[in-house]
Amino acid sequence: MGNLLEHMGIERDRVHFSWISSAEATKFVDVVKEISEKVRALGPNKKLVKDYN
Amino acid sequence: MDTYINKIRELSLKLLKKKEVVKVIGFTKGTLPMATSPIAISLEQDVEKLIFNSTCGLNLANYIRNHKGKIAVIAKGCDSRNIITHIVENQIPREQLHIIGVPCKGMIDKTKVASLFDDDIIEFSEDNDTLLLKSSSKEERLNKQDYLRENCKLCMHKNPVIYDDLVGDLVDEQTLDTPYPDVEQIENMDADTKWQHFDKLTKNCIRCYACRNACPICYCPTCFVDESGPQWVGKGQDKTDVNTFHFLRAFHCAGRCTDCGACVEACPMDINVRDFTRKLNKDSFELFEWEAGLDLTKRPPLDAYSPNDPNDFIK
Repeated sequence: MGNLLEHMGIERDRVHFSWISSAEATKFVDVVKEISEKVRALGPNKKLVKDYN
Repeated sequence: MDTYINKIRELSLKLLKKKEVVKVIGFTKGTLPMATSPIAISLEQDVEKLIFNSTCGLNLANYIRNHKGKIAVIAKGCDSRNIITHIVENQIPREQLHIIGVPCKGMIDKTKVASLFDDDIIEFSEDNDTLLLKSSSKEERLNKQDYLRENCKLCMHKNPVIYDDLVGDLVDEQTLDTPYPDVEQIENMDADTKWQHFDKLTKNCIRCYACRNACPICYCPTCFVDESGPQWVGKGQDKTDVNTFHFLRAFHCAGRCTDCGACVEACPMDINVRDFTRKLNKDSFELFEWEAGLDLTKRPPLDAYSPNDPNDFIK
């Protein structure tokens, strides 16, 4: 699915897949930190966003 | 083609006469030149209605579900692969089918042919590799090979994979060094260009769902676009909704699509919907060494777990 999104032009770093157990709080924090940094670097997403106005 | 038609009629008549099948699903002449439509016949005298030519671009595997009794179906290479997918996905038992295999010589791109004329084509016929077309202002003789559909040009399974009868000798299969040149072309673009490409591609989509209805693997009783609780995707012409529809429909076809081209054939707006599905076909091939509809004993890759599945996308 990530591949097809990337194929359509959604940047790879916007889509993340992780398997985190409810007991892995530190992994969750690490993953979220990493995702936030990557997405921040890309800036706001303007693709596949619905404009309700 | 005439030998194909005669053989199709002969085999169908035999099957109906012996009551081996209750109906035969095949192609019949459409209401316009260069048009054919699917037909199910159950009477012996109707076998004359069956035809086969280079405009039979729809996929008959789409019409084999929910029948009572044994049925016969005419199957090109791609139809036969979708029949296998149907059997694997428990949509019909193998015993309920009599498959009349047609070694396929490719179907023509009707839009490309029609673009040569300013007015309507009023007559279409073919003689081996020559297409004869007539409008009220001119006549054209075309070489069929120059007007093949894109998916037929790249087809590597022209012969039926599974069949009970054959209507002609098997044709030579081609092998391609680069089976996915169109996908690679898009892959080489940068993210924004890719997005623009798909935005432009779906610009004219009218959400008629002809692609979905023509698709043999889009057989869900209620399609996700028709669900109202929850409503997964908006129903209007909003660009994001249109793109979401195409993206998700394609993904539902991952590892199941045989690139039969029925979606493109059915599209009234000439959208090359295959730009979405082809990427998944390429991925299935590269990640899972999988081509849909070649093996009755294997389930599609996204439907089965193997410890060897690539999982480097999970972090």
